[in-house]
Amino acid sequence: MTVLAQGLRDGGIVTWRNLLNVRRSADWLFAAVIQPIMFVLLFAYVFGGALGGTQYREFLIAGIFVQTISFNSAFTVIGLCNDLQKGIIDRFRSLPMSRLAVLMGRTVSDLVVSSIALVIMSLCGLLVGWRIRGSFLDAVLAYLLLLLFGFAMSWIGALIGLSAPSVEVAQSAGLMWLFPLSFISSAFVGAGTMPGPLRAIAEWNPFTAVIQSVRDLFGNEAPLGMAPSPGWPADNAVLYALLSSLVILAVFVPLSVAKYRKVASK
Amino acid sequence: MPTDVAVRAEALVKTFGSTRALDGIDLEIPTGTVLGLLGPNGAGKTTAVRILTTLLRPDSGRAWVAGYDVLAEPNKVRESIGLSGQYAAVDENLTGFENLYMVGRLYGMNKPDARKRADELITRFRLTDAAGRPAKTYSGGMRRRLDLAGALVAEPQVVLLDEPTTGLDPRGRLDTWEVIGELVSDGATVLLTTQYLEEADQLANTILVIDHGRVIASGSADELKSEVGGEKLEIVVADEADLDAAVRVLAEVGAGEPTTDRHSRRVQVVVDGGPKSLIEALRRLDVEGVTVLDVGLHRPTLDDVFLSLTGHVTEDSQ
Repeated sequence: MTVLAQGLRDGGIVTWRNLLNVRRSADWLFAAVIQPIMFVLLFAYVFGGALGGTQYREFLIAGIFVQTISFNSAFTVIGLCNDLQKGIIDRFRSLPMSRLAVLMGRTVSDLVVSSIALVIMSLCGLLVGWRIRGSFLDAVLAYLLLLLFGFAMSWIGALIGLSAPSVEVAQSAGLMWLFPLSFISSAFVGAGTMPGPLRAIAEWNPFTAVIQSVRDLFGNEAPLGMAPSPGWPADNAVLYALLSSLVILAVFVPLSVAKYRKVASK
Repeated sequence: MPTDVAVRAEALVKTFGSTRALDGIDLEIPTGTVLGLLGPNGAGKTTAVRILTTLLRPDSGRAWVAGYDVLAEPNKVRESIGLSGQYAAVDENLTGFENLYMVGRLYGMNKPDARKRADELITRFRLTDAAGRPAKTYSGGMRRRLDLAGALVAEPQVVLLDEPTTGLDPRGRLDTWEVIGELVSDGATVLLTTQYLEEADQLANTILVIDHGRVIASGSADELKSEVGGEKLEIVVADEADLDAAVRVLAEVGAGEPTTDRHSRRVQVVVDGGPKSLIEALRRLDVEGVTVLDVGLHRPTLDDVFLSLTGHVTEDSQ
């Protein structure tokens, strides 16, 4: 069997195992269902009223999609750290299985969780007035882009999870870095409303690129004053989002696999 | 490496920071036998197991398992071994059956074979009633059995068990001993680590005593025990005035000089007749009219072995 074929086969088995875990544990239900519903409703109605009503809610949905998808990478962090602490990674590493499979299985099962979350968020979005106004193909592309970005974020999560000294640390480390990244972006307000340096960061933040692409592809317009600031990242949002996702994968897949080979549990 | 040797290590060294976890360990396990690696916490037992199972690379030294070099052909080694680590590595949300099925699949079995093997092991490890329940509902002993079963899924030539009974209650321990006993009668080569001389005695053909990453003694359990001085008979008398009579009796029955602790009215002596010596001592004490408050026969522990080999007890009990 080639390395890749074995990786896919073993990765599939680990994915199956992780998804059984998802089905049987309440934490994951929270991640896939409750948290997305909560985010959509909270942001839509708490901020929505002040910031522009229906049009703001439509603007906001893409931001919440990207934030939720990327927050789901925390489950890769916690999942891997848990497996490490419980000696399950030791067992996997003592088996004649692919070195890629455990990480692959984890990131792929989280992709499945994220897909479910996306479906639920979309339904919630429709309820609060969000609509897909672009073509069917563009909408498919938007969802694919969201999943690709979520997948890339999971690989950053994989490295964090394998490096965290305890599940408690993993839990906070897994989310902490995501707060500034998701808030200093155009997720909730247009980048143009931020002061100088923050604006530059927000404009070049890959989160903004993904969010902007999704808004463009769904045909969701920004409310007054929140239009994307002009410039290369905004003009080439889809390309930039795609490139950032691929660069993240190109960096973090090899780093995580290298870490996995050496990782020692307590 | 000759084919009748299943595991061999030469001069393994591993340091973590300033700690020398392994300081030149050599070992050899003839095929179909059990080697017990006996030592206190931090002696280097787990490090040795991790190197032999390809989880860790040694700083220097070489090792072969089932004929394969652990550094040069780690995947061949992994195909030939089963590992049960220090903590039962079972997925708590999966059922017992699913845990074993998954391991089978990851050893490369196809679905029907993995299913069949999981069923066999469930039966053999007496988990039939619990097979469909998530492992988080299992007792400590059941988890251990499931973990051991996981190590045996691929019928490995060499099985490595790192402290298989640590954290188990006495019943769980006996259960686990039974399973390991069966394993050996099936012809597997086993390396097991333990902190209990009694356990090594029960299960191992040969025992290596290690401390600070070095082998400080090796031999059969009997050889080690005779080095330590066998079992100890201990009595506590009711009346301090009887102590001299008790010392006299134990000196006659025992195999050495009795030691006395006047304060607790306790007399100890090494015996070589086991329960027979105990009965003989009690009979004679009765004849002498000595009232005995407490009596016990103590097998030598790891601490006794350590005390006689190194002159100090294990650091855990200091």
